[in-house]
Amino acid sequence: MDRRKSLKTIAVGALSAGMLLDACKTDDKKKGTDKATEPAAALTLDRAEEEKIREKELMSTKFFTEHEMATITILADIIIPRDEVSGSASDAKVPDFIEFIVKDKPENQIPMRGGLRWLDMQSLKRFEKSFVDLDEKQRLNIVDDIAYPEITYKDEKGNKVTKGKKPNPELVQGVAFFSLMRDLTASGFYTSEIGVKDIAYAGNTPNKWNGVPDDVLKQYGLAYSERELKECAKY
Amino acid sequence: MGDLQVKKNPKQYDAIIIGSGAGGGMAAYVLANAGLKVCLIEAGPMYDPRTNVTQLKNPWESPRRGASTKFRPFGDFDACYWGWEIDGEPYTHAENTKWEWWRARMIGGRTNHWGRISLRFGPKDFKRRSIDGLGDDWPIGYEDIKPYYDRVDKLIGVFGSNEGLENDPDGIFLPPPKPRLHELMIKKAATGIGIPVIPSRLSILTKKINDSRGECIFCGQCNRACSYAYADFSSSSVLVKPAIETGNVDVITNAMAREVLTNKEGLATGVSYVNKSDMQEYQVVGRTVILAASACESARLLLNSKSARYPNGLANNSGVVGKYLHDSTGADMGGVIPELFDRKRYNEDGVGGAHIYTPWWGDNKKLDFPRGYHIEYWGGFGQPAYGFGGGVQHMNGRFAVKGHEKQPGGYGKSLKEDYRYFYGARVGMAGRGEAIAVESNYCEIDPKVVDKYGIPVLRFNVKPTEHEINQAKHMKETFREIMHEMGAIITYGDNDDASNNYGLHAPGNIIHEAGTVRMGNDPKRSALNKFNQAHECKNLFCVDGGAFVSQADKNITWTILALSMRASEYIIDEMKKRNIS
Repeated sequence: MDRRKSLKTIAVGALSAGMLLDACKTDDKKKGTDKATEPAAALTLDRAEEEKIREKELMSTKFFTEHEMATITILADIIIPRDEVSGSASDAKVPDFIEFIVKDKPENQIPMRGGLRWLDMQSLKRFEKSFVDLDEKQRLNIVDDIAYPEITYKDEKGNKVTKGKKPNPELVQGVAFFSLMRDLTASGFYTSEIGVKDIAYAGNTPNKWNGVPDDVLKQYGLAYSERELKECAKY
Repeated sequence: MGDLQVKKNPKQYDAIIIGSGAGGGMAAYVLANAGLKVCLIEAGPMYDPRTNVTQLKNPWESPRRGASTKFRPFGDFDACYWGWEIDGEPYTHAENTKWEWWRARMIGGRTNHWGRISLRFGPKDFKRRSIDGLGDDWPIGYEDIKPYYDRVDKLIGVFGSNEGLENDPDGIFLPPPKPRLHELMIKKAATGIGIPVIPSRLSILTKKINDSRGECIFCGQCNRACSYAYADFSSSSVLVKPAIETGNVDVITNAMAREVLTNKEGLATGVSYVNKSDMQEYQVVGRTVILAASACESARLLLNSKSARYPNGLANNSGVVGKYLHDSTGADMGGVIPELFDRKRYNEDGVGGAHIYTPWWGDNKKLDFPRGYHIEYWGGFGQPAYGFGGGVQHMNGRFAVKGHEKQPGGYGKSLKEDYRYFYGARVGMAGRGEAIAVESNYCEIDPKVVDKYGIPVLRFNVKPTEHEINQAKHMKETFREIMHEMGAIITYGDNDDASNNYGLHAPGNIIHEAGTVRMGNDPKRSALNKFNQAHECKNLFCVDGGAFVSQADKNITWTILALSMRASEYIIDEMKKRNIS
């Protein structure tokens, strides 16, 4: 091949970068529930070559044990249960998301693994069973002790305000774990199809922006200036 | 490696361009359209938003739900490949200094990342030394560059409004989008206390300008690149693609430039590079070499292009290459607008960026710092992504939900109510200002470290001066006033003091590197002349941010584009006159 052609080939060859990841295995022999309604995430995003390699690696390994996944599923559904608006965390496959994200962000691995173990030890202490084997009342007996972290902030006058439960020294690690679990659950749930519908995000679709709806402007006592009405884009 | 040899491309190009971002893309576009044979070298892969799609994806289409990775530091949907760290390509720091170096590796370079903020420098921005005695004046003035700004406006498209401001010149603008709800609140609050708020100036097509690109679809996702309509500016779709279509451009991707080759007469003859795919060494030859690899990469290339004739590196008799490195200053603050809790849902994605901004309004004679900053704003509903609802205890423990005081954190149906209640109430702002370019802030070749290709790497030595720190302090005071005036509650960025430079971001963090190959009239104090041409090597040019003498309180892309267009036409002219053979 002459040099000229080979130069073009380099460019063209690189064009096929970012094709779909073949055979990504997100389906779910390990999922802790069979009521899942979310489609498994297919990797249809543009990916650079280095990302494809990394994601294949991530998909080919498993971090949590079945017992840990079962505990995560129960906790996630305590945090985000089904209500009149939407389904539960496990309906939205939040446990699968948590399994993925701790592999992707390894700094979460020890806090999650250790936190789950902390929870089991607390369950053993209180009820002589692991968390998954507790009944709902027993589970909440523990959760109620770790679900309300203390917060401090400055109010508008600059005064320091403290709210929440005074931390019990024996439970502070559990409180930290539950806060992490709550954040991961919220991340997983509100970025699922069920969660996006719940939160009623209305965008991510081609449209024409003609400004804030009139009734909303009125609600907040705002209006566009004459210049804005005249000069801004209209569709 | 016994068979390692340099493969020489026999083709003689008119121009070899290193880097395909704003500067390189524009040079390729202008030169190729003039009929010159161009070789465009890019360190990353080919990229076209039409084939490399992240736009209009739902959060669940990313297994990490849009979280960042080292490959995409601004999130899994961001168009840009790589960022702060690249595997196998380290950089180092002098002791007790910081520089955060963003490197895009793909066709289009850093224009795949930026916020499309497209601001002209004003007349004062070219003559700062004459005004405040700091830094240096440019060898050109606004009147020299204005015709090119006008042409860039028309070629690429930018929306905005003509305000008649002295140092924020009017342009040839498409109509701006109307402000969003929180932007109306910001505007009312800020203008009420004397801080101007005007329509943003973003290179996004609110109206169609030609047949190869469409009109904005208001998905708010310019950072993902516009696959749908090419309605935002990135160098890949707007410059490189049409340049390739002329048939005059050979693109070499995954090619990491090693050095600029020179001959006995001291002229540039070509470029050597390593092909990242086959790890072989190559050379291309041409009549001119145009550096557009980013301010720091271009400086690195020059410093690594040593020869008997150029012992300090190419175009560096003056010793200025690598020096005067500076980035925009940056400081941020964010919070929530309680008036917006429980707000009605509707699609307010808008364009990919704020619909409003604040140009610099202050009078530095009355302030304890020189130079200004502009303010960028954000807020409202955004597509949920990784991190959504994080730290909810700081919200539901602090603000009553539908009249009910709650304990921080919690779980269950009550918690789901809270996430819904607070969604869409966030607001934030960021100052982006002008740092002073000083000789003592620089990058140089680390004598001990090479990257995986054996190319010596950069060592950074940059520290903010009191000017930048005082500016950040002023930003925070301004933000606090605006937040207070609009009834917003600050939730972050309000705990800064002298111990952390008032929240001033580490230099490099704002991703506006400039100044390392600066232009000037005096060859002893500058590397380039006023046409981006090396003083001591007439067929060598640098058309990225490296050429900047100072970078104003404006994002630098529009000026890179205008200067690159001007330099490219100068090259064509010099070739016609046979000043470049």
